[in-house]
Amino acid sequence: MIAVELGKLLRSRRTWVTIGLVDALPTLVAVLLAVTDLGPRPGTGPAFLSAVLHDGTLFPLAAMAMVLPLFLPVAVAMAAGEAIAGEAQTGTLRYLLVRPVGRTRLLAAKLVSVMAFVLLTVLVVAATALLTGTLLLGHENTGRTISVSGTTLTTGELAVRTGLALLYAMLSMLGVAAIGLFLSTVVRTPLAAALGTLAVLVASTLLLPLDAAHALRPYLLTRYWLAFVDLFRDPILWTNVVHGVLQQCGYVVAFLAAAWANFATKDVTD
Amino acid sequence: MIRTSALTKRFGPILAVDGVDLDVREGDIYGFLGANGSGKTTTVRMLLGLVLPTSGEVSLLGRPMPSSAHEVLPQVGALVEGPAAYPQLSGRRNLAVFDAAGAGQGSGRRSRRRRIEEALDRVGLGGIDGRPVRAYSLGMRQRLGLAAAIMRSPRLLVLDEPTNGLDPQGIGEIRTLLRELHATGTTVLLLSHQLAEVEQLCSRVGVLDRGRLVLQQELDEICGPTGRIHVRTPDADGARALLDGQVEAATSTGLLVRHPDAGELNAMLVGRGIRVEELTLERRTLEDAVLAATGTGSDRVARP
Repeated sequence: MIAVELGKLLRSRRTWVTIGLVDALPTLVAVLLAVTDLGPRPGTGPAFLSAVLHDGTLFPLAAMAMVLPLFLPVAVAMAAGEAIAGEAQTGTLRYLLVRPVGRTRLLAAKLVSVMAFVLLTVLVVAATALLTGTLLLGHENTGRTISVSGTTLTTGELAVRTGLALLYAMLSMLGVAAIGLFLSTVVRTPLAAALGTLAVLVASTLLLPLDAAHALRPYLLTRYWLAFVDLFRDPILWTNVVHGVLQQCGYVVAFLAAAWANFATKDVTD
Repeated sequence: MIRTSALTKRFGPILAVDGVDLDVREGDIYGFLGANGSGKTTTVRMLLGLVLPTSGEVSLLGRPMPSSAHEVLPQVGALVEGPAAYPQLSGRRNLAVFDAAGAGQGSGRRSRRRRIEEALDRVGLGGIDGRPVRAYSLGMRQRLGLAAAIMRSPRLLVLDEPTNGLDPQGIGEIRTLLRELHATGTTVLLLSHQLAEVEQLCSRVGVLDRGRLVLQQELDEICGPTGRIHVRTPDADGARALLDGQVEAATSTGLLVRHPDAGELNAMLVGRGIRVEELTLERRTLEDAVLAATGTGSDRVARP
């Protein structure tokens, strides 16, 4: 079933269009930066963006910081919302279940497919960003990169930290996917599931800067998303990253359990 | 093949299926009749494990459902409430996707291509091109749904209104296909609200009315003789005088006579010089039996 889902994902035109759209934003930013040479002042604007004017190899990280807060979660919410509700809407859900595909197995296959989509998107964004970054913004061929803290990182260190950052971003998206998947087992249309997931994201983003919501802050879905920037400090500032990992794991476990409990005993009547 | 005991499903305040004891035997073509909304589809969804019963039990191919779904369902082909397919994929690709999604008896990667082509041929879509299912007509979708149901040579076919959307020729083709499958040992549960279709195909009939199984019998028994004989004769008055008391009704062409033996009746009439043009045993029709057993359809909502 997992292979079937991955096959459907890769053959779907929508997958590639979505990835293309997500990818378009950082590419546009790279072009604009190259043409105008106007970067944000250090310490302002999206993470890493002031640094990329000097070193294009950092652009993949800047691109991740750009797509992670909104573009990527929107794409994930759509994909996860589609998972069960989409099958129910086309009527194919009942035929999958009588084929038979076990309900837990179907849910797992859908989750794997959504995460494969995230991985694919992240990789495409990172690869294009590396390409556009080095081509358009150039790079200082020193083999060293300045960390966010101002010290230098070797290429090896940078690679490890980039890998960690990508894993962290994937985990953040897994949280969104879990919520989307749960809502997808509850509502009848994929649109409702996707919008419901987005509502959680938007609510979290709105509550974060609100002082009155201070007590809620550690539990908000998006609270630690950009903590991956801390991985590029020297030494690595682990506090928020660890909090983020624990918090996202909490979201993932809770919503996947809810999705499973709901779907495994659900009457499939559409 | 299928046996349910006191199968009941409640959706909130609505009792959709109420204590149904269905009994479909191996080798049957079982006609499952009922008005729209009588609970047929809910019953079938419970048989297949899509809807979980409120109470009661289901046994499919001798195994309890839904707990044995993994062993049983690979041997069952189903068309549940209309066909469904991924609209952006071609018919062949759809069949391949569904086949690859599960495992079990009759499936398998190696034979997939052959089984797809055979199934498409059988339902009359052998020459279909690569257009997406989105561009199919209703009848083509219906045929594709049937192809998906039969492509693993199931022991049991559960078909919900399989001829929906087909023209009269198409309906005839599907009827022939079902007869062929039945001849090779497939048991068929056919849901329908078309009495004529059931009368032509089925050996056993069950009738559902507002969630209750009000009739379950061999078709031959249902459509048995009523004990009355229709005598077509130009000498109706003479016959009436002769058979006084046995004539129950007059029709435009003759008389309805209650008599145990048609041959004897014929001999007697002819012996007394009454011309007999035709003698036929009156039979109950399925329609009579169904109407007698059921109330008005549940899509009719009258004022209390």
